[in-house]
Amino acid sequence: MRLTTMGIAGNFDTSIVGILATESLPPEQRSPTIRLLAPNETSTDESLSGYRAVLCHDALKSVPSVPYVHRLRESDHLKDGDIVVLEGNTGLVRSLYRPYELHHHLFVTERCNSNCLMCSQPPKDRDDVEALTERNLELINLIAPHPEYLTITGGEPTLLGDHLFKLISQLKLTMPETELHILTNGRTFAWPEYARRFAELGHPKISLGVPLYADFAGAHDHVVQARGAFDQTVAGLHQAARNGIRVEVRVVLHKLTIPRLTKLVDYIYHNLTFAEHVALMGLEYTGYTPRNIEELWIDPYDYQDELEEAVEYLAVRNMTVSIYNHQLCVLKPSLWRYARKSISDWKTLYLPECEQCSALPACGGLFQWAVKKHSDHIHAISLPQPSVAETCS
Amino acid sequence: MARVFYPLERFAPAPAGFHLLPFRFTRLHGKELLVNEAGEFLFVPTGTVQSLTDEHLDTNTELYRDLKAKHFVYDDSSSPLLDILATKVRTKFDHMSGGTKLHIFVVTLRCEHSCDYCQVSRQTATRGEFDMSTATADRAIDMMMDSPAHAVTLEIQGGEPLLAFDVIQYIIPRAKKLAFEKGKDLDIVVCTNLACVTDDILKYFRDEGVRVSTSLDGPAFLHNKNRPRPGHNSYEKAIEGIERSRAMLGMESVAALMTTTAASLDYAAEIVDEYVRREFHSIFLRPISPYGFAIKTHHRTGYEMERFLDFYKQGLAHILKVNRGGYRIAEVYTQILLAKILTPHGTRYVDMQSPAGEAWSVLVYNYDGDVYASDESRMLAEMSDWTFRLGNVHKDTRRTLFTGEPALQMFHASCNQSLAGCSDCAFQSYCAADPVYHHATQGDMYGHRPTSGFCARNMGVIKGLFSIIEENDRETMRILWSWVTGETAIKEVVECV
Repeated sequence: MRLTTMGIAGNFDTSIVGILATESLPPEQRSPTIRLLAPNETSTDESLSGYRAVLCHDALKSVPSVPYVHRLRESDHLKDGDIVVLEGNTGLVRSLYRPYELHHHLFVTERCNSNCLMCSQPPKDRDDVEALTERNLELINLIAPHPEYLTITGGEPTLLGDHLFKLISQLKLTMPETELHILTNGRTFAWPEYARRFAELGHPKISLGVPLYADFAGAHDHVVQARGAFDQTVAGLHQAARNGIRVEVRVVLHKLTIPRLTKLVDYIYHNLTFAEHVALMGLEYTGYTPRNIEELWIDPYDYQDELEEAVEYLAVRNMTVSIYNHQLCVLKPSLWRYARKSISDWKTLYLPECEQCSALPACGGLFQWAVKKHSDHIHAISLPQPSVAETCS
Repeated sequence: MARVFYPLERFAPAPAGFHLLPFRFTRLHGKELLVNEAGEFLFVPTGTVQSLTDEHLDTNTELYRDLKAKHFVYDDSSSPLLDILATKVRTKFDHMSGGTKLHIFVVTLRCEHSCDYCQVSRQTATRGEFDMSTATADRAIDMMMDSPAHAVTLEIQGGEPLLAFDVIQYIIPRAKKLAFEKGKDLDIVVCTNLACVTDDILKYFRDEGVRVSTSLDGPAFLHNKNRPRPGHNSYEKAIEGIERSRAMLGMESVAALMTTTAASLDYAAEIVDEYVRREFHSIFLRPISPYGFAIKTHHRTGYEMERFLDFYKQGLAHILKVNRGGYRIAEVYTQILLAKILTPHGTRYVDMQSPAGEAWSVLVYNYDGDVYASDESRMLAEMSDWTFRLGNVHKDTRRTLFTGEPALQMFHASCNQSLAGCSDCAFQSYCAADPVYHHATQGDMYGHRPTSGFCARNMGVIKGLFSIIEENDRETMRILWSWVTGETAIKEVVECV
């Protein structure tokens, strides 16, 4: 589902974060909200006063006194209760948080110290730390009800320095029962002092999701395009574990990681024994991936043996392993019970052939950008009773 | 950020040379088996070790990458990650930390059995003479609770401890009270042949959360031959006792152990089948201990280690067959060794540790207050060899036990890392030093590996397991892993006969 739209902004040149309200609210409830006017809904200065801003798909009949964005390109995706940010100088309307979705994210920076060949969110070397931190602190205050899980992502979140600690502390204060997952390359944790300070935040439910692409330094460094990254990530994972920080290890499956996949999970088992979860993830055809596709692409159908061997390697050892971003029709049936519906709602896509599929309710589907590139073996499965329905959540 | 991507060579330049990290090796099945300092292994082509020591190995090969990833070599292109290797070694020895966990109380030497292989029992003794006094029990419990270990196991044995049930009833509440005061977890096991068990005794065990470990040597003809008692009904008594104990305590609170005598050697499958018939999910194919009466009666019970290895291999093959048929039963020794070979962890099984588990992992308090380094140590004492008597509860403290001459002498011979024949053995990480065994069988705690039954047994078993690992049959490995990770995995294996 759509994340952003554009309109014409007025009365402000900063960023405004607020909760969308489709119905008129009593004045005392207006301050955290942005009023989304229905088509043809009439408004007056008085009916709009007290809101943070006003959004209107069509052109506003008269210019209100509060900040506004009108003449939106799209507005069907905007729902009551969504938290959005409005950019005064561009008219951009970005959805930050939708309570009805399964996966929730806090996007904290576009900067990164790695440059992975298959990055789905290519880094930008622009200092967005202050602005995004301010936006996220406000977002944290507005989120209600508190979600079960929240993922902090970027870019590389640890590049925020103390600002990341500020965000985590705020989350600990406002929603300590929400499980936090931080997607990081783990390199910063190699500094014992950093890992120690991170642990001292004392967030009761926090874990790191850290990618590792090889059991061999050079191969990992090549995938992340950063020399020394393997050493830092492995050391960082150990520092995290030593400080009691829970970790998950993530592997993106592609032509460079498949050949030594079982050796990689063997490395994880022996060197990162403390990892509480290993996620084996399908390649996303977005970001940098299309430009490196020759180097990266292998049809998931063609690596089923390697994947099965690696999954079994971990499973018999009582390591928790999951497969993300794979369609059931491409996976060997023996792997179905490890497949998770991992794709964020707004990114999920099903193909025309999926309509006839009896395993559809249990299938995580495809990334929306997979419409351009996906396995050649996607097909409808006909099963009397898909046996995986319960195991996928 | 610049959208420029660089090729592999920029990040993984083939290094000019490499450096070796410590490892040991052997030839096996036409390959070389390399084992690193943390017990991780790699099968490599013959000649690899030579090319490593010659520094001729091509660094631009998958083999080189395997060796580097497994901490056999490092080079200047990336960090050797020695901290990680150190953590792995520490993890392997983690079971050593925390102090003595297993405390064996010999509450009486009296027994109504007269087994040939028994080390210690006194059939004819009158009540009291060979029972533990309350004063001795008090001191032994104090000493047990002095152990820094957070979780301690109190193992009560004999003789036949149920003949001294009054002593048991004295020890358990007192041990529980002290454990509570000291904030320790306390696990209690009674090793009994169950011949004299009554419902009252079982109710007491149930109420106190006591587990029972008993002897089952195989089918009736074998068990009764190995374990004579008046009436020739040891087997019938054991089976009846097992069923009654299970009914009262629950299936998982009743374990059985077997001893392999010369008479057992031809009946590996029958012994396994007996355990399956009795619904046990683990069986320990144990060789007879070369101690106590077993040495005196060697002509009746003893055998060469090669014969035991044949027995073990037949037994293991049969156990695997039973598992393939759908019934889950683990061979305990295999389970222990596989955990050492395949996992990043060590095991707490006291007889297979280096530094040896004697004293560090187990202490034995004899009925008379003498403290021994292991059950085998006090069996030697019953044959007038007090080498491993560390002291007495009435005279010593934990500190003097561990710093006395007997303990220090033993500790010198306790690390296979520094024993001739072990220090360069590929299997060192999986094996152990056993100063008590070597003293008993060779008159020398350090021992002579080429003629050591301990070495022969473990070399045989470990090589056999590596054959299975190398073969890597999917179903077999699944079964073996289910033993390693399963419910029954690596608790202390109780050592009673």
